Amino acid sequence: MINLIMNGLEVKAEEGWTILETAKFYGLEIPTLCYKDGLSPYGGCRLCLVEIGEGPKAKLVSSCTYPVEEGLIVRTDTKRVIETRKMMIELMLSIAPNSKVIQDLASKFGVTQVRFKVRNEECILCGLCVRMCAEQMDGRAIGFQNRGFKRKISTPFDIRSEECRLCGGCIYICPACQLRCQGPEADTAVCNACLTMEPTCLDHYDDLQCWMYDAGRCGTCVREKKDGKEQVSNTK
Amino acid sequence: MEIQESKIKSFVTKYNSEKKALISILQDIQEEYNYLPQDALRIVSETTGIPLIDIVGVATFYRAFSLEPRGRHLVTVCLGTACHVRGGLKILEEFEKKLNIKAGETTEDGKFSLQTVACLGCCAIGPVVVIDDKYHAQTTIRKVVPILKKYMTKRERK
Ligand code: SF4
Ligand code: SF4
Ligand code: FES
Ligand code: FES
Repeated sequence: MINLIMNGLEVKAEEGWTILETAKFYGLEIPTLCYKDGLSPYGGCRLCLVEIGEGPKAKLVSSCTYPVEEGLIVRTDTKRVIETRKMMIELMLSIAPNSKVIQDLASKFGVTQVRFKVRNEECILCGLCVRMCAEQMDGRAIGFQNRGFKRKISTPFDIRSEECRLCGGCIYICPACQLRCQGPEADTAVCNACLTMEPTCLDHYDDLQCWMYDAGRCGTCVREKKDGKEQVSNTK
Repeated sequence: MEIQESKIKSFVTKYNSEKKALISILQDIQEEYNYLPQDALRIVSETTGIPLIDIVGVATFYRAFSLEPRGRHLVTVCLGTACHVRGGLKILEEFEKKLNIKAGETTEDGKFSLQTVACLGCCAIGPVVVIDDKYHAQTTIRKVVPILKKYMTKRERK
């Protein structure tokens, strides 16, 4: 067992666990995007950053790839972590504003602006599709190519790969392939509709009436929230 | 270009078909054909067991490799900081004008390919232009044509 401190708590971790795994075990939430159970960690999206160490020597590391060590001091929600995380979300939004996953992250972590040029490249190079293909589908049909700003995901020679079994695993896991809701704010760089809207059916019923069991998220039946606090007590 | 399967295989067996020798194998192929033909990469994948996508990943990562056929002479103009401030860009433009191609392209007759590089580590003699393995130091716009002429036959020089 390895002893370490997380957010001021003394915790124990198994040899070989990452900081993320340890945090999950103790119920501490760390947001992730390029990490998925069943796929090897990649450390590409930097959303799972945490601060390790103390004082001026404290530094940011990606918790999904950082193995725990004896005596490690980890803080998951410092000012620096939160600011960096928001910056990463903002950057990803500028690349793939049509992604539901990234828009949801923006709403959840209060990212309300995009100060970068919106590039609509629709791939944040998280590498999930590559790992899905190789590790779960035994495909090895797609991979990273080139480097720097030309880096991209493709098949060999950009033609249909003989290795591809058309399983669709890559599309299933891709955060950019999951399109955002086409509600009232569909054309903006940052949506935040989930935060500012509430389902209209709650005026008449105690329970949500959404057949999609995802009430209000699609944005079609919502209206602007009048008072955030009141709404929380209403839905209880 | 005709790819000889036996030749590619001999490059691979030279390194005992070891996966870690991939870059050396690719270098040998590039040396032979001046670029990396698709079929050659397929053969490398089959004989080493390295997935084709990983080979393509490596081949596209390094600027030294090319998946497109390249001209017989490779003109490399340095645009690193030191060469840049001494007019590297102007020299590149001159080459582009004289060869009638853009950086990254090959002339129609397959004679010259033009590319750029960010510092060759010999800034003191900049602006540097490398043609094949020969370094041309302190290049100027005026030297572009004389340099190119060295690589042309009498008839082409006109
Ligand atoms: S559809 Fe093809 S490329 Fe996508 S995960 Fe399946 S095998 Fe890989
Ligand atoms: S295509 Fe999708 S899953 Fe693949 S790297 Fe891009 S964003 Fe990630
Ligand atoms: S989840 Fe750790 S870097 Fe993406
Ligand atoms: S900048 Fe050209 S050799 Fe260094």
